[in-house]
Amino acid sequence: MSHEAGTAEASRKGRAALGRSLTRALPVAPALVLLLLFLAGPIAYCAYIAFTDLQLTGQAQESFVGFDNFRKAFEDEAFLNAVWLTLVFTVLSSLIGQNTLGLALASLMQRASKPVRTLVGGIVITAWVLPEVVAGFLLYAFFRREGTLNALLDWLHLPSQNWLFTLPILAVSFANVWRGTAFSMLVYSAALNEIPKEITEAAEVDGAGGWRRLWHITLPMIRRSIGTNLMLNTLQTLSVFGLIWVMTRGGPGDKSQTLPLFMYEQAFQNSMIGYGTAVALLLLLLGSLVSVIYLRLLRTEV
Amino acid sequence: MPHTPGSRRTLSNRRTAHRLAADFGLLTLAAAFALPLAWVILSSLDPNADLRVKVPDSLTFSNFDAVLTPGITFTPLLNSLILCGGGTLLTVVCAALAAYPLSRFRSRLNRPFLLTVLFATSLPITAIMVPVYALFVQVNLIDTMQGTIFFFAASQLPFAIWLMKNFMDGVPKELEEAAWTDGASSSQSLLRIVLPLMGPGVAVVTVFCFVMMWGNFFVPFMLLLTPDQMPAAVSINEFFGNRGMVVYGQLAAFSVIYSSPVLVLYVLVARRLGGGFALGGAVKG
Repeated sequence: MSHEAGTAEASRKGRAALGRSLTRALPVAPALVLLLLFLAGPIAYCAYIAFTDLQLTGQAQESFVGFDNFRKAFEDEAFLNAVWLTLVFTVLSSLIGQNTLGLALASLMQRASKPVRTLVGGIVITAWVLPEVVAGFLLYAFFRREGTLNALLDWLHLPSQNWLFTLPILAVSFANVWRGTAFSMLVYSAALNEIPKEITEAAEVDGAGGWRRLWHITLPMIRRSIGTNLMLNTLQTLSVFGLIWVMTRGGPGDKSQTLPLFMYEQAFQNSMIGYGTAVALLLLLLGSLVSVIYLRLLRTEV
Repeated sequence: MPHTPGSRRTLSNRRTAHRLAADFGLLTLAAAFALPLAWVILSSLDPNADLRVKVPDSLTFSNFDAVLTPGITFTPLLNSLILCGGGTLLTVVCAALAAYPLSRFRSRLNRPFLLTVLFATSLPITAIMVPVYALFVQVNLIDTMQGTIFFFAASQLPFAIWLMKNFMDGVPKELEEAAWTDGASSSQSLLRIVLPLMGPGVAVVTVFCFVMMWGNFFVPFMLLLTPDQMPAAVSINEFFGNRGMVVYGQLAAFSVIYSSPVLVLYVLVARRLGGGFALGGAVKG
């Protein structure tokens, strides 16, 4: 806008410019309305009822209880158990399992022959594309006492056991690895393809062994993808519900009850929506924290 | 030391050895991934299926016959189709509209908006389902298809906008400017020029949204109550998970039927884009 022009003209121009930006921004409106009503709305509502004693039924009016729900949570054995199991589940299945196995698959694929690569990629991706509930049933069958894993262990003359009963958190962690590794594999395949061949070949000719090449060349060159992948895996793993629900319902007892299942149980089986939502809010804050770190990582990358 | 005079030949020998080792390693890993998949396929054709992977003594389609009834298969699949089709349509239309100004016009608001969208893509949706339930009870959207569709669309929108905007950035602006000088409006150039040119991108967004919704269990599980409205993701659990006696062959057959649409869609899109790597790259941002 020109400064020499009269104020009246300037404001008319300003209004015209504002009008033009509004017209241009108009197509964003439907998306914005949906996001505000159905995503921002529930998040704000979540922040509100986490501080009330709202119940599922038989209550005239909920009342504001301050930080009671949170105080209660941190004194609740079951909540602390759920936090611990969520931690175990996330570290085992996402940070260690999906991440390492995805990198292993991707780097083996770099060297393998094409038909093997296609076949293996197809199998791993199929596990990823399958609906969550179907994956749950498949791994339930795999880990059951009468299931395939025990059949395999018997065949190898190794001791078998009732996995879903003795080590349910391990079983659901493996299930999450089975289902989620393809994503890491795809991210790492894309990253490894970007490393110039000359660099690895030069290192190979210089006699650097596989592990040293991995540690000194490959990992530093794909470190941004590692960061992105770890964050996205963690976020996905934090919100796993259906897989565990189908396999164990969080049981036996509460031996595989991660935070989402705990939240569900408190809100619906114990009818304490307020308390369940307080747990949900904590989960949401944890997710936001990971999400902010992820954005930071992306910003350095772009 | 490895580099002796004959090191060229040893190097190429070593490469072949490496490739064989890599093939072997991959196939071993893939076998572990394949076992549960083998169970579902073999059991669906086995008249006496149990929980183990085994080759059936005889092949039968009776499991499929038994589940191909309106109550078990057709109604839940139709519900899934309405929910996911409606949700995907709404998501893709809104995302394409929103991506256009974000990709084409410069504004101070673009960056904060996109950052918020990116932030929202990674929020754990599971965490807000309890408040969404409470909210839907208040506004009478609980147990309605449209409410569930709206929520599905809102939950997929951030990622859809992000993907769509990135694909749209790939369409050169010059092509559009030519249309503008010919007097085309923004909406015309979006419909006639930009969207057709980014067809594969739109296909990726559509398939991605549809696959995510088709497999989602928690959202319909929370927001729908009437059994007649349940999509396959929830009904499979009701039919098989809650019964004392489970007919594993039928469960496997239903799983195959329910999973095949998303597998087919994925293969179609992956083939057009040269492997699943495009999605991996797109997610990387």
